[in-house]
Amino acid sequence: MTDLFSSVALPGGFEEVEHTADWAYHIWAPDYVHLFLQAARGLYALLGAEWSPEPGTTRRVKLQGVDYESLLIAWLNELLFYRYGENLGFNQIDITHLAPTCLEATLGGSPITQWSKDIKAATYHNLAITPTDDGVEATIVLDV
Amino acid sequence: MITKQDFNRLTDYIWELPTTFHAQMTVPVWVFADEDLLEDALGDLSLQQAVNVAQLPGLVGHVAIMPDVHQGYGMPIGGVMVSRLPDGIISPGAVGYDINCGVRVLASTIDYASAQPWLADLASALYRYCPSGVGKGGPLALTPPVMDQVCLEGSGWALEQGYATEEDLARTEEFGCLAGADPQSASSRAKTRGHDQLGTLGAGNHFLEVDVVEQVFDREAAATMGLHQGCLAVQIHCGSRGFGHQICTDYVQQFQLAVLQYGIHLPDRELVCAPLNSPPGEAYLGAMKAAANFAFANRQLLAYQARRSFAEVFGSTSDRSSLRQVYDIAHNMAKLETHIIDGQPQEVCVHRKGATRAFGPGFEGLPTEYRPLGQPVLVPGSMGTESWILLGTAANEPLTYGSTCHGAGRVMSRHQAKRTIRGHQLRQDLEQEGVRVRAGSMAGLAEEAPQAYKDVSRVVETVSRAGIAHRVARLRPVAVIKG
Repeated sequence: MTDLFSSVALPGGFEEVEHTADWAYHIWAPDYVHLFLQAARGLYALLGAEWSPEPGTTRRVKLQGVDYESLLIAWLNELLFYRYGENLGFNQIDITHLAPTCLEATLGGSPITQWSKDIKAATYHNLAITPTDDGVEATIVLDV
Repeated sequence: MITKQDFNRLTDYIWELPTTFHAQMTVPVWVFADEDLLEDALGDLSLQQAVNVAQLPGLVGHVAIMPDVHQGYGMPIGGVMVSRLPDGIISPGAVGYDINCGVRVLASTIDYASAQPWLADLASALYRYCPSGVGKGGPLALTPPVMDQVCLEGSGWALEQGYATEEDLARTEEFGCLAGADPQSASSRAKTRGHDQLGTLGAGNHFLEVDVVEQVFDREAAATMGLHQGCLAVQIHCGSRGFGHQICTDYVQQFQLAVLQYGIHLPDRELVCAPLNSPPGEAYLGAMKAAANFAFANRQLLAYQARRSFAEVFGSTSDRSSLRQVYDIAHNMAKLETHIIDGQPQEVCVHRKGATRAFGPGFEGLPTEYRPLGQPVLVPGSMGTESWILLGTAANEPLTYGSTCHGAGRVMSRHQAKRTIRGHQLRQDLEQEGVRVRAGSMAGLAEEAPQAYKDVSRVVETVSRAGIAHRVARLRPVAVIKG
């Protein structure tokens, strides 16, 4: 399991970028797996999630898409569903399989004591995962 | 990059971007704006997003852009797109995640001057009875059968439960219920998200506001609508909450496959769509209508709670008749309507995202007393600034397919607003100006500061001068409830 908020830096990063009406953030990483982890880390940071000390909860997810972009959006919206449907946040993530049309992961986390932001959904707006000299990057627009 | 020189100026307030601007555009884009508002719109990506919309297949007429346009995702906020029936497209992203986000206005005969000493108590009561804020649930937890009933009946369900009056329903767009809703087309996830959110405001730009009717421009229409100068009114701005958000999420994802199946080229994947007469298109339409009905019922419950608050503060004489519904209108919706296209009446699907329906006089979908006037249009301003009550016009039919603006429109990003505005200071400033503020989050308050929005009066002046709406009254806020 990768600890999203460990003191040992997760390869890559994220930063919030300007958007008139909604929220957007830029993510980058050396590979697709870390890009998806950075996407989750950025999402929880923007949501202002504060984890409870309750015992951990585990969920397994299997997502399908038509390409990496569709998996990335499905991934973020899956995490958002757990936030709204079960008040769960996941700070331990193991992506066990990632191919252009399928993602499998084990999620470890706990109930959240506070969310400071409502995010309706992750959108496909102008989404493209593009290669860089150091790996891959993308910018995600969130509807708030 | 789009510049002012790319437009043909059709009138002082209508600017056309012809199909020659981009090889893939199938219809032109018409922007309703004065020169300054057009310059504002060119300042972000909203008009590029309109050009993207104009490339979708099966469109007719033109894409109409309202003066409050701002950059969204996929379709700009403040856009109207018309697709032909039966094989034109329907696009969840062009409706938006908050399906049937809309505004309701209630009017009273309570004089502002005499009510002033109790306004702080009123604001507190409204904040207590109208749950708002991040992830807040409401007073009801709907069982699956009841959830389905709300989806099918909308405000009708609220009437059966004693939360509404017959007049409320008569004075709601579509009488508070879209026929043809299909709860089975909404996922169990959507129902999970929505089941405890009926009667809640949510967060973001949603709000409940107490206003005073500051100026009346059309006395006859205002009198018919129950708007009295100097008296209190209530505005409720919210939508279908998590239920609608999840339905849009589900269908935007499912339609990624549908566009491959139907060979649809997309300039932006958020504009994903399917033919209206295809199985995915029909399923989305049924689910969207279910969310729309949920939203009508949601605003109805909030209206009930607003009446309860008024009764608590102003006493038992302040019964329901003291807060009469003016109207309830949607500004994120796709509707099957008939419009004159190329001189002929044509069945079409009109997507309005951040735009309202604004039919002119004679429309049969209005209650009898409103039929000679036209459809009421409710245009909230930014927090702390004025809002407007307008009427639709007959003249807007060939221009905007019976549509007009929905609000002020943002000009500053949320990020920038948070950096430059302090929520506590803003609250203090508003209180000094006589606006009582009850808010769950100071950061959220800062994001919605008046400085982050266009001047709504300029937007209203433009729609008025362009002939696509008619001014009835201006409201000024005296109390704001936000999540």
